[in-house]
Parts: sequence; C-alpha cells; structure tokens
Amino acid sequence: MGRFHRHADGTGHDHDGPAGHAPAGDMSGYATGVQRIEVLERIFAENDRTAAANRADFDAAGVRVVNLMSGPGAGKTTLLRRTLAALAGTRVGVIEGDIETSLDADRLAGLGAEVALINTGHGFGGECHLDAPMVRSALPRLPLADLDLVIIENVGNLVCPAEFSVGEHRRAMVYAVTEGEDKPLKYPVMYRCADLVLINKIDLLPYLDVDLAAFHANLRAVNPAAATLEISARTGAGVDAWCAWLTGTG
Amino acid sequence: MHELSLCRAIAGIARRHAGGRRVHRIGVRVGALRQVVPETLVYCWSMVSDGTDLAGSVLDVEPVPARLACRDCGHEQELAELVIRCAGCGGDRVALVAGEEFLLTTLDLAEA
Repeated sequence: MGRFHRHADGTGHDHDGPAGHAPAGDMSGYATGVQRIEVLERIFAENDRTAAANRADFDAAGVRVVNLMSGPGAGKTTLLRRTLAALAGTRVGVIEGDIETSLDADRLAGLGAEVALINTGHGFGGECHLDAPMVRSALPRLPLADLDLVIIENVGNLVCPAEFSVGEHRRAMVYAVTEGEDKPLKYPVMYRCADLVLINKIDLLPYLDVDLAAFHANLRAVNPAAATLEISARTGAGVDAWCAWLTGTG
Repeated sequence: MHELSLCRAIAGIARRHAGGRRVHRIGVRVGALRQVVPETLVYCWSMVSDGTDLAGSVLDVEPVPARLACRDCGHEQELAELVIRCAGCGGDRVALVAGEEFLLTTLDLAEA
C-alpha cells in the first residue's frame, strides 16, 4: 500500500484518472484482500447534531444565544463587563471558554449574570475553540428557563472557532482597530461567518494610522452581508446599539 | 489547532462504518476554506490512531479548491484567496460552489 503513503508529506494529490483520484476498487497496492467502501459522511456531522440539540434546548427555553468571537486581546471580556452592566433587567447567562484559567470568568463575577466556565485545556494540547459538545456539557450549569439571553464567549482565536457551530442563533465578532485594516483578508473564514462585526477601541482612533474605510472594503470583500457597529468597550460608546442587536431589538 | 478534534471525529466515523474490520486507509475530502492543514491532519492522525484499533491506517487527504459561481453572469472561477466578488462582471451576487466540504469519502477495509 506504498502509493497511499505519498500524502503523509502533505504534497497533495497525483493519482491518475479524470477526478484526480484512484478509481474505487483499484486495490493493486495491497497484498491481501481489501474492499473500498464509499462513506461520504460529513466529518462535522456529530458536532452539528449536538449543535442542533443545543439549539432545540435554547428555543424550548425561549433563550436567544449569541456566539462571541475574536482574536486574543480584542476586548471581548471588557465588552462583556460593559454589556452586562448595560443589560440590567435582561436575564443573561454567559458561557465562558478559556484554555486554562478562570481569569475571564472571575472578571465577570458580581455583574448579575449566570456564568459557566469551560476550560478547554486537557491532555497534550488545549482546544483552541468551543465545540457543540463542550457547550452542551455547560448547559446543566445554566438555568436556561430563567434566562433571556446567553452569550458564549469563545476562545480568543481567529481560526478554529469559525469551524464549529455550537447551536447559537447569531455570531458576532469583535475586531479592535489596533489590529490594522487587513485582518478580514488574513482570517477570511472567521470574518465570513460573522453576522455582526464590532469595531472596538474606537476611542484610540486619534492615536492610530488605521484606515477604517480600507477595513470596511476588506470586510465587504469576504463578507458582503456582515453588519458593523463602532464601539468602545472602554468609554461605552456604541454599547447601547450593541445591546439592542444582542437582545434582538435593534 | 483543531485538527486533533477533527481526527477524533474521523476515528468515530471510521469505526462505525468499519464494523470491526481492519482499516487500511481513510479517504477524506477537504475544501480549501476548511482551515485544515493537511500535514497537520496527517500528523494528528498518527497521534490519535496510535495504540488503537486504527493504528497503521493511512489518512489520504484530497484537497478541493474553492470555487465561486456568479448568479448574474454565470461566470465560474477558482479562488486563490477568499474574495466574494465575480471576476467576470464584478458583482457580489455569487455563491460558493466548492471549498467548504469536509467529508470522509471512502474506507479501505480488510475483506471480511
């Protein structure tokens, strides 16, 4: 079966045939009897089944769920603190994903929200994202029936969280103007999956050379449908509009 | 680095379809927009399969480029970078027709 090892170096494909693939049934490389079976199963199917179960639970409880994503340091947790303070009167739960620590969850204590922490670190490598089973494991720690809104603070990462549906209704991501204007082009899959892009830290604009028009053009190139809101989690600018979007009233 | 979780999902699907037979090779089709690094996937596969019933099986990654089709002018193009705009007419009424797939396609199993 030597011919099949070729891919282990990642150089890709050089099989013969019109589809670029060995015809099913060509088992000449094997010494003994081998049968090729066609499977055609989506590898995310199990995650997506669990995401659908999460969504059904959210809907049954009448809870709106927003998956909040960003790179590290874009200001998700500061924004959440500001958001929880502004949403007094709305019953909010937070599912907090973090690779090792409870630092972010600690920063949210005392703001009136129910917080369930998921540490994704285990074994020989922490997961860099939340997936649907991880979120499902946190649900028993939230009184869903008593909540109006659940915010899932994903692990700070611009790659992996985009790949995993967790059963959310909407996806928002936080971009900070300190990141420069080309991030949508560098992380297109993440920017493509967002319903809303928050443009955070706008209080710093006077001190930066960032070109926001170029950022918007880059965002439109990968995600023409994304909504945007300019905010500052530090000063509170734009937070009311963000809260209206979050609760589905904006 | 989510290739480890992906390999665990691949192992689950492979076991379910193998029905106890030895697995020689697993074919997976990965779209260019799936953010999966084939080398990393193959490396993680050796970690996940080692010491299990799937040890020694080969993960065969078939990459699929991203393709865009224009709803207005019908132009189809392969994407080198993810820009959601038609190169034919410049419009953005386009649909991704390939590049997001992530499938376990075939299994080579020892004959029963």
